[in-house]
Amino acid sequence: MEFRARHLLGIEHLSPWDVRIILDLAETYVDLSRGATKHADVLAGLTQINMFFEASTRTQSSFEIAGKRLGADVMNMAMQASSIKKGETLIDTALTLNAMHPDLLVVRHPHSGAVDLLAQKVNCAVLNAGDGRHEHPTQALLDGLTIRRAKGRLQRLTVAICGDIAHSRVARSNILLLGKMENRVRLIGPPTLIPSGAADMGVEVYDDMKEGLEGADVVMMLRLQKERMDGGFIPSEREYYHRFGLDAEKLAYAKDDAIVMHPGPMNRGVEIDGTLADDINRSVIQDQVEMGVAVRMACMDLLARNLRAARAAGEGTYV
Amino acid sequence: MRTVFSNARLIDPEAGTDAPGWMLTGGGTILDQGRDAPPDCDRVIDCKGACLAPGIVDIGVKICEPGERHKESFRSAGLAAAAGGVTTMVTRPDTLPAIDTPEVLEFVTRRAREASPVRIKPMAALTKGREGREMVEIGFLLDAGAVAFTDGDHVVTDTKVLSRAMTYARSLGALVMAHPQDPGLSGGAAATSGKFASLRGLPSVPALAERMGFDRDMALVELTGVRYHADQITTARALPALDRAKANGRDVTAGVSIHHLTLNEFDVGDYRTFFKVKPPLRAETDRLALVEAVASGLIDVISSMHTPQDEESKRLPYEEAASGAVGLETLLPAAMRLVHAGAISLPQLWRALALNPSRRLGLSTGRLARGAPADLVLFDPDAPFVLDRFALKSKSKNTPFDGARMQGRVLGTWVAGTRVYDGD
Repeated sequence: MEFRARHLLGIEHLSPWDVRIILDLAETYVDLSRGATKHADVLAGLTQINMFFEASTRTQSSFEIAGKRLGADVMNMAMQASSIKKGETLIDTALTLNAMHPDLLVVRHPHSGAVDLLAQKVNCAVLNAGDGRHEHPTQALLDGLTIRRAKGRLQRLTVAICGDIAHSRVARSNILLLGKMENRVRLIGPPTLIPSGAADMGVEVYDDMKEGLEGADVVMMLRLQKERMDGGFIPSEREYYHRFGLDAEKLAYAKDDAIVMHPGPMNRGVEIDGTLADDINRSVIQDQVEMGVAVRMACMDLLARNLRAARAAGEGTYV
Repeated sequence: MRTVFSNARLIDPEAGTDAPGWMLTGGGTILDQGRDAPPDCDRVIDCKGACLAPGIVDIGVKICEPGERHKESFRSAGLAAAAGGVTTMVTRPDTLPAIDTPEVLEFVTRRAREASPVRIKPMAALTKGREGREMVEIGFLLDAGAVAFTDGDHVVTDTKVLSRAMTYARSLGALVMAHPQDPGLSGGAAATSGKFASLRGLPSVPALAERMGFDRDMALVELTGVRYHADQITTARALPALDRAKANGRDVTAGVSIHHLTLNEFDVGDYRTFFKVKPPLRAETDRLALVEAVASGLIDVISSMHTPQDEESKRLPYEEAASGAVGLETLLPAAMRLVHAGAISLPQLWRALALNPSRRLGLSTGRLARGAPADLVLFDPDAPFVLDRFALKSKSKNTPFDGARMQGRVLGTWVAGTRVYDGD
């Protein structure tokens, strides 16, 4: 099987084989990143532009490091401060950028579907670094790699995704990815933060942490996205922490060897107990960050191969 | 001059018949019809077995004059209507500025007279500026020719304002058209709550918000006794409430857009903004229930909800993109999908496209009866074609049917006996 995708817009479009190919290649980049010389040349001569229409520290720096380790020329554009404020439309921004001949475009945007729209208008490979509440595919892939390394497999596991599912693109991508890889997915959260139609997505829905965590192999906590809430989803942070915050007592309902994950940044004392987050026996949160760089290296490498092949074949447009 | 349409298949929604025959027109009206040999006449139009039906009366057409003439003008909308077999456009007041004074309405009627080949019956806003604070001069606007009063998709949230406007409208016999929707739940929504909206990560509104809005309106109708028309009923769960209101003898009718009868939420696919309409497309179960409601007569009117939007307002991330689709030219072929699917007969369809809307507005069109205006559409119900949006006569090309295979081609349109479109 071959990886044929031209863009990475979401997990939705990937096959289970695509996922395996990405994760296998990422393993080699974990080794590279841990080595003495953290450098390869597979992206040499290519230009990578990181376009972030929404503030981000970890994802943006992860993509930046990934690109630099593979030898790409990396440029960061802080779009919040730029032409978008002057009223330029997304399409115009895309066309302007396209004229600079980028090869890899990494995009984060506050609106669902915006990255899909952009990918139709530029002539290079596009990676979705998070669009609205839609998808965040590299996060799901790095979570997959972290789980696979910790559990030895990425199938037949019971994974509980807990907290603010409604506003989370991380949750959506993970639901899709874990489902494709044949895992059992549970969503746990207050009903106001569970998206409509969740029951039709092939997942089990719980509004009680203890019930939902029973027998789980993986506990994935999500950040309470206060900035996306237009008021009144939960009565207070302290009640939320009491009912849905992860602490040692609630975690005891999961399997003894269950791992704890969080995409970051964490709100300690809101969705997760600080001590638990730092417990190296249970928490793989730092591993997630490490795997993030490796997975992004793998995604960009694979997309760049397809881009080069298409250009060598003389294809004028890249859609 | 008298004209006879011979060898036609007459679709008569009033009689509920679909039969071969001829029709005689003269002086702008229908003079006679029959099934035997057609009478001798100065001019004979051989219909060659095609369907001859009353011209479509389309409630809720947006013509972007005044304010956004680059999206649609009276001329372009009129040509589009003629090409689509629409002989009367009942226009919306949600222009810039809103049509909320007799003076602005006068502008509309003047422009309509100058530029449009088909009839235009304007609706006026219900409240000034469509802001929901103060009723318009309903009396003056009626005198100036307004056929109904509506704030379009702006729901009047202040029930005191709405009940006063309804009470006042009732005393004048005016028809109020409302958009049944709970404005709190639907604020900012771009999709209907459910699996599709959640997977796409779009802000959504529960389907029940429509019934909530409708139920509130029904209480106000009971209170005021106003003549009421719901612009669009688009969910299965609002239908029992509509049925109840009618059974209770309220003077209530309801419409549905052709898009909600022929498309569902999954057609949006990967954020295709031409499918973004208001209210958002619904589940397939809703669509099926709506088709049945049209067939049974529970839903009275099918309209295009023609809403022109330029490329700039649509080429945006889905949430930010403007709502609405053009529909004047695709109303007939899209509606033919329901006929070809066996869900509805041609006379039933024309009841919803012509007879009912015409009656509700107190017009004399929409019928094939003697003495009715000779507003007619001749069409081939089976002729297949692939829709090319750039071939549309509307200035805006935002149709969800671009590239769709359709059946049903308009061969000719007549308004008051004058041919305004020749599609042969």
